Amino acid sequence: MDRLSTRFAACKAQGRAALITFVTAGDPDVAATPAILDALVAGGADIIELGMPFTDPMADGPAIELANLRSLGSGTKTKDVFALAADFRARHPETPLILMGYANPMLVRGSDWFADQCKAAGVDGVICVDIPPEEDAELGPALRAVGVHLVRLATPTTDAARLPAVLNGASGFLYHVAVAGITGKQQAAQANIEIAVGKLKAATDLPIAVGFGVRTPEQAAAIGRIADGVVVGSAIVDIIGSHGDAAAPFVQDFVASLSGALITSIRETAA
Amino acid sequence: MTDTVTLPNSLRSQPDANGHFGAFGGRYVAETLMPLILELEKVYKEAKADPAFDAEFAELLRSYVGRPNPLYYAQRLTEALRAKAEPGKGAKIYLKREELNHTGAHKINNCIGQALLARRMGKKKVIAETGAGQHGVATATVAALFGMECKIFMGAKDVERQKPNVFRMKLLGAEVIPVHSGSSTLKDSMNDALRYWVSNVHDTFYIIGTAAGPHPYPELVRDFQSIIGKETRAQMLEAEGRLPDLLIAPVGGGSNAIGMFHPFLDDPEVAMIGVEAAGEGLDKKHAASLAGGASGILHGNRTYLLQDEDGQITEAHSISAGLDYPGIGPEHSWLHEIGRVKYMPIKDDEALTSFQTLSRLEGIIPALESAHAVAAAEQVAPTLDADKIIVVNLSGRGDKDIFTVADALGVEM
Repeated sequence: MDRLSTRFAACKAQGRAALITFVTAGDPDVAATPAILDALVAGGADIIELGMPFTDPMADGPAIELANLRSLGSGTKTKDVFALAADFRARHPETPLILMGYANPMLVRGSDWFADQCKAAGVDGVICVDIPPEEDAELGPALRAVGVHLVRLATPTTDAARLPAVLNGASGFLYHVAVAGITGKQQAAQANIEIAVGKLKAATDLPIAVGFGVRTPEQAAAIGRIADGVVVGSAIVDIIGSHGDAAAPFVQDFVASLSGALITSIRETAA
Repeated sequence: MTDTVTLPNSLRSQPDANGHFGAFGGRYVAETLMPLILELEKVYKEAKADPAFDAEFAELLRSYVGRPNPLYYAQRLTEALRAKAEPGKGAKIYLKREELNHTGAHKINNCIGQALLARRMGKKKVIAETGAGQHGVATATVAALFGMECKIFMGAKDVERQKPNVFRMKLLGAEVIPVHSGSSTLKDSMNDALRYWVSNVHDTFYIIGTAAGPHPYPELVRDFQSIIGKETRAQMLEAEGRLPDLLIAPVGGGSNAIGMFHPFLDDPEVAMIGVEAAGEGLDKKHAASLAGGASGILHGNRTYLLQDEDGQITEAHSISAGLDYPGIGPEHSWLHEIGRVKYMPIKDDEALTSFQTLSRLEGIIPALESAHAVAAAEQVAPTLDADKIIVVNLSGRGDKDIFTVADALGVEM
């Protein structure tokens, strides 16, 4: 089993959802990122999503957009992102690492180059916001050839007719975008998330992670009762925005509160 | 509304079923938007096959936009250039008068077509991005005409630079939303329009202003703008009894240019020049994606972009706000690569000179975008024989630019 399946299976064995945390690489600068990544792990994150900064993050709300601009403003380059990934892999050999970002920085040197870099840095999967299944040929084959997952996204607008196209070629896990919108803004009604996750589980054996608009331990716990993974991004990125290169301890405390809520939610379920 | 006769191997049969023009185009959007653009594609196919849609579009172009607009022989410009040319040189220059359309530019052609599609899809709210405000004004205009709610996303810098157009949009009942993200210009207003759209797909139609974005936008915008080339063709046959030798049009995203070029793509005797904004020069700040960019993915399509080695988008610059965009429509990228259309850079100062030349010689104040095409014609016409014919697409009028031009010339207003 690869790192992702191992980790999802381990969480499942504990009766809880995996905590997936997002930060942008190089936010606020490259030097500060390793400590922040360590804080995520120390706080109890199961899987790390590392954002590749892009000048035009069209699917992101203000929090993550600002993180992208802080990172680029401090001079982060693509080679730095892969160096951060490789460095993380060396220090945390078991924790799955997903790169998340936009097509242009990923494909500018060709998909084979990108896939090779991912493989070499120990990246387990990639989420590319603007490569829908219709354009899979741009990125999917190159990643699959080196054993890196291209994680697919399902959204509230992905209806039953379209879902098979999304699942065809999906691997690693399925990312359910809980709101039709951008990151960090609205929050979906729990009832809608339950219905959506139910439909996805009926259609695939892949683990289902839910993200977009999850900001508090309470929300994370509620979603954790039905999904296999909970993604938190903007709320962590906001902490980095406030505390800059001194953010690591604050990030760790917040992630610990999320992680604690997911663990508590099993006890409640069990009791 | 497009011609249905398409020969095999025709240059006019792009894009393919997946929206690709050769290696360009496509549908690079978030999953949330995919179902909507697939539905738009289906609705557009049905509309194309529906004579009633075509008839309503044609009637609005006639009675509301004021089409056909004239093809005008610019005699004084032609003669002035001949006076400086070698004997026997100096092509005859015609102007296609898109600036005489309602709202003063070609943008309205596309907005009417897309508003008809929005209505067909049952959407009562429209959004648009705008740079100089021309597309924003055209969108606000059709929203008023169709009784639709309208939001215009405009870079905060552009809101400041283009106050008259901001007021026009408000008069027309639109809400203007200043965009503060990124560089606060056209590309950022497109980012924010996409962000709004992805959050409101259920009831909102995005009227994209140029022949770019995810499939089917580049195709449908081109089709709606092709009225420019179709009229030019008929008018030239009537005036001269033959097709023109050269078409020249300015290219930002490139909707007016593709609208003029497309009906002529299969006529090998007709040459074409798309004019890119070279800003302060190709070695300095500019907006010439073909001359100074590389293939990449932005705003839903693969096309030539201004970008760095990491694929980060770099800032465009042109004196003309309508050309101030780091990309270009995907069909232009394809026509550039196959060599069917030549693309030529024209700098800010050259456009400024032609802005004044056309005003004085012909009594027509061109938009700064169009002044780029006039500048190209001024360079090319004297090299051609006097019996050759050039058509310049005068895509918009220059009233909106008088403040920018006065400022550049150091004139207090």
